[in-house]
Amino acid sequence: MNAAQLAGEVQQAGRYLVQSLRLMVGVPDYGTYLRHMAATHPDQEPMDYEAFFRERQDARYGSRTGRCC
Amino acid sequence: MPFVRRHLPWLLVSVLGAFALAVIALGRGEAVSALWVVVAAVCVYLIAYRYYSLFLATKVMGLDPTRKTPAWTHNDGLDYVPTNKYVLYGHHFAAIAGAGPLVGPVLAAQMGYLPGLLWILAGVVFAGAVQDFIVLFISTRRDGRSLGDLVKQELGTVPGIIALFGAFMIMIIILAVLALIVVKALADSPWGTFTVGATIPVALFMGIYLRFIRPGRIGEVSIIGFVLLMLSILGGQWVHENPALAPWFTFDGKALTWMLIGYGFIASVLPVWLLLAPRDYLSTFLKIGTILALAIGILIVAPELKMPAMTKFAEGNGPVWSGNLFPFLFITIACGAVSGFHALISSGTTPKMLENEGHARFIGYGGMLAESFVAVMALVAASCIEPGIYFAMNSPAALVGSTPETVAQTLSTWGFVITPDVLIQTAKDVGENTILARAGGAPTLAVGMAHILHQVVGGQAMMAFWYHFAILFEALFILTAVDAGTRAGRFMLQDLLGTFVPALKRTDSLPANLIATGLCVAAWGYFLYQGVGDPLGGINTLWPLFGISNQMLAAVALMLGTVVLFRMKRGQYAWTTALPAVWLLACTLTAGWQKIFSADPKVGFLAHANKYADALAQGTLLAPAKTPEAMSRIVFNDRLDAALCALFIGVVLSVLVYSVKGVLDARAKSKPSASETPYQPMPEAAR
Repeated sequence: MNAAQLAGEVQQAGRYLVQSLRLMVGVPDYGTYLRHMAATHPDQEPMDYEAFFRERQDARYGSRTGRCC
Repeated sequence: MPFVRRHLPWLLVSVLGAFALAVIALGRGEAVSALWVVVAAVCVYLIAYRYYSLFLATKVMGLDPTRKTPAWTHNDGLDYVPTNKYVLYGHHFAAIAGAGPLVGPVLAAQMGYLPGLLWILAGVVFAGAVQDFIVLFISTRRDGRSLGDLVKQELGTVPGIIALFGAFMIMIIILAVLALIVVKALADSPWGTFTVGATIPVALFMGIYLRFIRPGRIGEVSIIGFVLLMLSILGGQWVHENPALAPWFTFDGKALTWMLIGYGFIASVLPVWLLLAPRDYLSTFLKIGTILALAIGILIVAPELKMPAMTKFAEGNGPVWSGNLFPFLFITIACGAVSGFHALISSGTTPKMLENEGHARFIGYGGMLAESFVAVMALVAASCIEPGIYFAMNSPAALVGSTPETVAQTLSTWGFVITPDVLIQTAKDVGENTILARAGGAPTLAVGMAHILHQVVGGQAMMAFWYHFAILFEALFILTAVDAGTRAGRFMLQDLLGTFVPALKRTDSLPANLIATGLCVAAWGYFLYQGVGDPLGGINTLWPLFGISNQMLAAVALMLGTVVLFRMKRGQYAWTTALPAVWLLACTLTAGWQKIFSADPKVGFLAHANKYADALAQGTLLAPAKTPEAMSRIVFNDRLDAALCALFIGVVLSVLVYSVKGVLDARAKSKPSASETPYQPMPEAAR
């Protein structure tokens, strides 16, 4: 493995770490959402980040499952 | 040859693990390093994951990596998203790890560290991780449905409703016991009260910042919030040392109870973005960070275990909680060994994000192993402080007295030699007025964590800071759980009441919201108030109720797994879930029976009620009651607790009956009868 590859791997690991931390508080990856909308619903306008964030916040705490003990 | 090469490293791991366990178990008379506990636990986890979870994945459940998961079928970029397995592991772990694995092992340490450690390890390998794994698997094959729906689908509508009602009652007990832990930690502690109180304005500020000033910038606002939290710990110290301010933040248990009840009501009707969400960010990140810090701390400091491997209370009659090792150890340590609440998480958000069915092993089984390790660390933290301090903190005043002198004297007669000066000095070291009678786990764990962490960062001068950091960390996520749990309980209650009064079902209606929230808060508030005034210290009453109900929910989940395996025509492997279910039924039913009918008033609710009722009839008062009304309230509460216990037993027995019926029905059919969503192949690109 050369240096560039290694740097790439570290970068990817960092991205996963940030994604995981955000998912822990109920916010999935926005980029994934945008790609999903572009691929399957090109006719619909995707939510901007702020609307996406609010939608996820309401969904997380509006659900019926509590948190663990 | 390849066979040898493949298994030889694992053989070495198991030899190392066995050696570590031997050191821990046989090292009588000399202090054992906590590192041996860590080594033993990690080796057990590695072997269990490599062999047993592989057996579960391939033979028992038959995970199919070519099968489309709900994340692909229903992909919406929001709830259903195929997610990298390491990212999802983090999410799942953060959702299952809470106060439970931190508190139970601390309470169980009264028997010595060995019984608790063995149960944590055996429980997680054969029961807890199996439950989390199979529920995740079952839910993934059914569009990510919730536990209540799964029970309805596989066992029938009636057991489904019974299980839902059981889950609601468990929620109430959990909220009460968690709130009690906070009350016990903050009573008569101006430092702690100020610090925890300060989290409210900090969270409000973060909420507004995140909504209007810099919307959605979670990382940025969490760092700001963290800095403010650290400042509030320092502020707490200033308040503690300031004779003019300290009285403003010094409250007894009753006053704190009313504040928590009021807080719980207001917090759960406020919009989520204002208070709940920002505090959730803080508590989640602080939780993960503190767990990592504790792990690193234990590795660096390698503290010696001062608690004996077995104390004389292993035979029963301990001061922290009464009852014998069987069944009470197995309900005292719930989370960390096996926890029914995880079945709700494994059938919640995680199955909707599973990228591939094959990942269920790593996330379901592996996630629970990590939670178990948190429990092991809590046990280590509680066992590395002086046993005398441990028992001084956790024994009720009715048993050991309420001044350092009487406590030290009583403990010395038990064989845990300690001087009053040490008790006073320890309180001073951690910045408290007293450390006596602080049962509930959190303060003991905080002393243990401070004991470990001050040796890594800060030295003796930082002891008090670390103690209050640990209290803050626990109080923060307990308050988040209280708030989120009240909300979830409110929705459940609105669903239940809505079947009788349809107007109450509307979650957007303010009166319906206020009524349901009020009922929910009143329910847990009642048990909390009862616990604070309890003659035996509250934890002795509420923790077994929580443990019994939580383990019963685990039994329900494992019975569901058993029925599903029979329905899949994999009955020959159903022992993997049936045996732990039988064990949990044996523990919880015995414990439930003893809590109701035991003749020992410290164990049995009815015996305790009779003791007070008899005294009342003779016109005498028993401490801590000071009036006849207080006496009759204790009698009533005992009978209420007994009724609740009976209710839990009824719930679990009825699910058992329906499960047996389900198994017989499945066996009578010649074809598989599990109601999975039909097989669809995974898209080529995703394999």
